[in-house]
Amino acid sequence: MFRKKKKEKEQAQDIRLASQIDEEESFFSLMGRMARENKLAAASAILILVFILAAIFAPFLTRYSYSDMDLLHRLSPPSSGHLFGTDEGGRDILTRLLYGARISLLVGVVPTLLSMVIGALLGLASGYAGGKIDALIMRLADIMLAFPSMLLAMVIMYMLGDGLINVFLTLALVNWASVARIVRSETLQLKKKEYVEAARVIGVSKAVIIFRHILPNCLPTLIVLFTLNVPSAILTESSLSFLGLGIQPPDASWGQMVNAGRQYFYNAPWLSLVPSAAIMLIVMAFNFLGDGLRDVLDPHQKKQ
Amino acid sequence: MVRNILSRLLQAVCVLLGVALLIFIMLRIVPGNPIATLMGEHADRAVIERMTAELGLDQPILRQFIRYLADALRGDFGTSYSLGKPVAALMGAAFGNTLKLAVLAALFAWILGITSGVIAAVRKNGLLDHLFMGASLLGVSMPVFMVAMLLQYVFAYHLHWLPIAGVSSWKGFILPAVALGWNSAGSVARLVRSTLLEILEEDYIDTARAKGRGQLGVLVLHALRNAMLPVITMMAVQFSSLLSGAVITESVFSINGIGRLAVQGISGRDIPLLQGTVLFSTLVVILGNFLADCLYSVLDPRVRKEG
Repeated sequence: MFRKKKKEKEQAQDIRLASQIDEEESFFSLMGRMARENKLAAASAILILVFILAAIFAPFLTRYSYSDMDLLHRLSPPSSGHLFGTDEGGRDILTRLLYGARISLLVGVVPTLLSMVIGALLGLASGYAGGKIDALIMRLADIMLAFPSMLLAMVIMYMLGDGLINVFLTLALVNWASVARIVRSETLQLKKKEYVEAARVIGVSKAVIIFRHILPNCLPTLIVLFTLNVPSAILTESSLSFLGLGIQPPDASWGQMVNAGRQYFYNAPWLSLVPSAAIMLIVMAFNFLGDGLRDVLDPHQKKQ
Repeated sequence: MVRNILSRLLQAVCVLLGVALLIFIMLRIVPGNPIATLMGEHADRAVIERMTAELGLDQPILRQFIRYLADALRGDFGTSYSLGKPVAALMGAAFGNTLKLAVLAALFAWILGITSGVIAAVRKNGLLDHLFMGASLLGVSMPVFMVAMLLQYVFAYHLHWLPIAGVSSWKGFILPAVALGWNSAGSVARLVRSTLLEILEEDYIDTARAKGRGQLGVLVLHALRNAMLPVITMMAVQFSSLLSGAVITESVFSINGIGRLAVQGISGRDIPLLQGTVLFSTLVVILGNFLADCLYSVLDPRVRKEG
């Protein structure tokens, strides 16, 4: 009995190896290739890394406080003391930008991860099981995708209420459907491959087939999707916060900084423009990186 | 083809019903009685109960839903809690503005996107190609509110060329439409360029050239005609994101539109208003997708025959 299990395990491993033969290139050499072929993607990756480091080490990068008011220096324009000027409370905008990066990056990454997990699980189930489960999940996805995303996000925010966690949940619920669709179509293709067929014939269980043989082969697509969905999550959050519906003070995101600066826009446009530009840069960087990753990880999709 | 269209119509109706049910449930599972929340803590309990019963909010949720649907089919979306007027009338007044805004934005996006995409494809790797593609990347990555505020600052506040807010004259639509269409213009341009580049490699383009057609003829009659198919599909998708963006644009330029009503619905904790506006916008998107599908099957002989 024990031996049989061991043998099964070995067989499964063989099949797994066989399934990955055309992907011998290691992750690092792939990334190296991308960096050489696509300078823009490499620069974007560095920019994203800089943003992440800046967010983590924010307290060490600035001598100003992120919340203390300095009413003598309200709304002062960009200068050598305050590189990006100060806001209506005299707070240094660069400092607020650095701290805001924490929330804005989290808002990009956490809900996207969540929506990937939900979308991938439902997509795998839908594609592998077929039949009624497939129909049910796909109709639900159709319904979610029919909404204009901003309005769907607003309804979900209304249902859940304010707060950072609820913003995460909202963005995850808005974005899972497109992930599920893509993973489903990928699963349908992989299901027909010989190594999956072979695994099924020797009696490997469904769960093992799905998670060991199908999911790993969806990973390249999922990585690309992740990189391209992060910016859209950041944009949706900043739009919600711009309307005053997303992140609430004392948490500060870039979108909320834009919103706070709106009423001073004509006298002090930098209040809104600086965080807007930060959003634009990070969105652009993730888009470039996503395109670059797609070209190396997923050559089939390149043409579409 | 007729059968194909009919089955698509049926699908669209099913999705719409699902959408309506989903919005209904999401807005009803908010804890607490909405009437009690609206009237504040000092309201008389008897009054709250009477109001709740009058609005049918004490009924089982499925019965409420069916009643809502039946009313909605007759054009009655309930009465707004916060504005005290019928939601249908509010939306009727606002929808004209949103539709004008979205259509103008789409026109702007398509004209700019297709022109610059074609020029970029024809001058591949030339100066214009790099210029247009750089601009389109900027277009895709800029948040709608950023474009809107910049346009407002430069052309309305600084140069006084166009009104700063409101749509009392047609001029008021220009800046909001450009702001809203900016993102779409970028994505249309990129799609047109990449599709066109692929098509220009095809054999039938060589055939057309061999027959002696000029560059412009080849481009317009053979290449662009085929490149339009994916663009049409994208336009339908873009229309949905235009309605999303309209929420922001209407807020920046103070336009009385559907998006602004939806925001009012949230800030006023006004369920009928929020429900009506979201349902109506989604209906428009579904209708748009359906029309795009029909157009697609008329334009593409391959799809036409399959149906």
